[in-house]
Amino acid sequence: MSISSSNSFLSRCAHSRSFVVGGTITAFLLLCALVSLFWTPGEVIDIVIKNRFFPPSSAHWLGTDQFGRDILSLLMSGTQNSITVGVVAVSIGLFAGVSLGLLASAQRGWIEEMIMRFSDFSFAFPAILSAIMITAILGPGGVNSIIAIGIYNIPVFARLTRGSANAIWAREYVMAARASGKDKFRITIEHILPNILSILIVQATIQFAIAILAEAALSYLGLGTQPPFPSWGRMLNEAQTLMFLQPMQAVYPGAAIAFAVFGLNLLGDGLRDVLDPRLSRKR
Amino acid sequence: MSVFFAKRFLTLVATLIGASIVIFTVMEILPGDPALVILGIGATDEAVLTLTKELGLDQPPIDRYFSWIGGILQGELGNSYAYKVPVWELVGRALQITIPLAILSMILSVTLALIVGLYAAANHNKASDVSLMGISQLGISVPNFWLAVLLILFFAVKLQWFPAGGFPGWEEGFWINIRALILPAIALATVQGAILARITRSSVLDVFREDFVRTARAKGLSQRSTLWLHVLRNAMIPVLTVMGLQFANLLAGTVIVENVFYMPGLGSVVLKAINNRDTIVVENVVLMLAAMVVITNFIVDILYAVIDPRLKAHDI
Repeated sequence: MSISSSNSFLSRCAHSRSFVVGGTITAFLLLCALVSLFWTPGEVIDIVIKNRFFPPSSAHWLGTDQFGRDILSLLMSGTQNSITVGVVAVSIGLFAGVSLGLLASAQRGWIEEMIMRFSDFSFAFPAILSAIMITAILGPGGVNSIIAIGIYNIPVFARLTRGSANAIWAREYVMAARASGKDKFRITIEHILPNILSILIVQATIQFAIAILAEAALSYLGLGTQPPFPSWGRMLNEAQTLMFLQPMQAVYPGAAIAFAVFGLNLLGDGLRDVLDPRLSRKR
Repeated sequence: MSVFFAKRFLTLVATLIGASIVIFTVMEILPGDPALVILGIGATDEAVLTLTKELGLDQPPIDRYFSWIGGILQGELGNSYAYKVPVWELVGRALQITIPLAILSMILSVTLALIVGLYAAANHNKASDVSLMGISQLGISVPNFWLAVLLILFFAVKLQWFPAGGFPGWEEGFWINIRALILPAIALATVQGAILARITRSSVLDVFREDFVRTARAKGLSQRSTLWLHVLRNAMIPVLTVMGLQFANLLAGTVIVENVFYMPGLGSVVLKAINNRDTIVVENVVLMLAAMVVITNFIVDILYAVIDPRLKAHDI
């Protein structure tokens, strides 16, 4: 990338309000996750019953829960969980989905037909229901819920990749590459993939947000992350039984989920503006 | 029309057959012997064997698959392993909650989306448009089960306008049940409505830029008439597509939101059935949900052809 194009890229980043706000929120979440690996203001795992239901104070900014754990610390550690789920689930979807989509687009014919019918068909299963069924087979737990969400991501990326890749295959420079004797694999790696990368990055951000929501839903139902590991969804589940006594305990974890998803959605919008200016002008 | 319809219908049937095979296979892999789960850990081998035979689980999987599908085609869903009542009875009771809830939230979300989307499009780039889109971005980010908790805290606990949970049953009267369904429906509709509102807005804006709209305005049609006569009809296609796709999410959302409100709908039936290894109930409920999604998308496809006859011509 030349200096002038990198400058215009940076200025596009700075001019997209969505990108700046979304990026800041996402960076803040990453920082929280990173810091919580080494330090949290209070106890996350150990249960100290005599400390329970402390109101917010300088020692416990958001108070403590029914097990005497510091709520702010739980929220911070919960960020780790959500980010891990997002990264792994989106990576599974990206790796398998993009490979299938590229294969479908390069080979066409019955392979494409089969991959596409398979992905059409998987849309018949509501996401959370597939995740419930998959966790029912594998057993509840953090890793299994990640796999369940990752599997759900595969057809999403497969469809998107195949659709965008087909458009690139029809371009003249790809035809020229074929005419010059390059094989399909090389064309896919050298021409197709780099050209659909921006669309994939935008979609990955959106799927990241969806993964955080899905994991929270599964943990809320008791099928996701298991105690004692902190998870926003499970915090909400635990808080629900105390809703009438300690309503704020149910407010914090949900607000954290909404904040994270909001930030990622904005980042997705912003990235679309930045990476594909044509799209943003059309909108 | 008939070729278009037949092609879509064949896809629908093929998808349902595929779905039934996947669901059946998944339930076969599910660990835990239903007979053992029903009888408990202390059961004798003999009792487990007898129950396995009684439930027909000793038959080969292929036979069981065909007898399941054969049963469905004859309107016979079999009996729940855990509760010993016809599956139809369990599901029927649950559907009395889930279907009205899904319909009510669909109506709410579409109304909300059309009002917000059209208003924002009509005021494109003005402060009201920007703030409405900001709010809708927030609406998309809120998990529906958390919104449900917030609604309970505010409208049920603080203001006491609505019940905090439960479902009285239709025999208790119409309005008392609608009151119980309002909060869960709002929780579900807000997120769906926010997504639909954004789609409606951008779709209306796209159509506004078309030549035929300029022509309509040029020949003296007012902005309002243009909107109703020309724009809305053309803008509805992407909106309908997303509505169709959203319906699956709406159904999935009911599974979770019902749980927040302690409503014995389809969600609680399927979660309990998975825990009880009540495979026959899970199979039927999941297939039914998948069928609802596929049939909704089928209806959406047919509606496309009604709204925009060009699509039909392309297809043939």
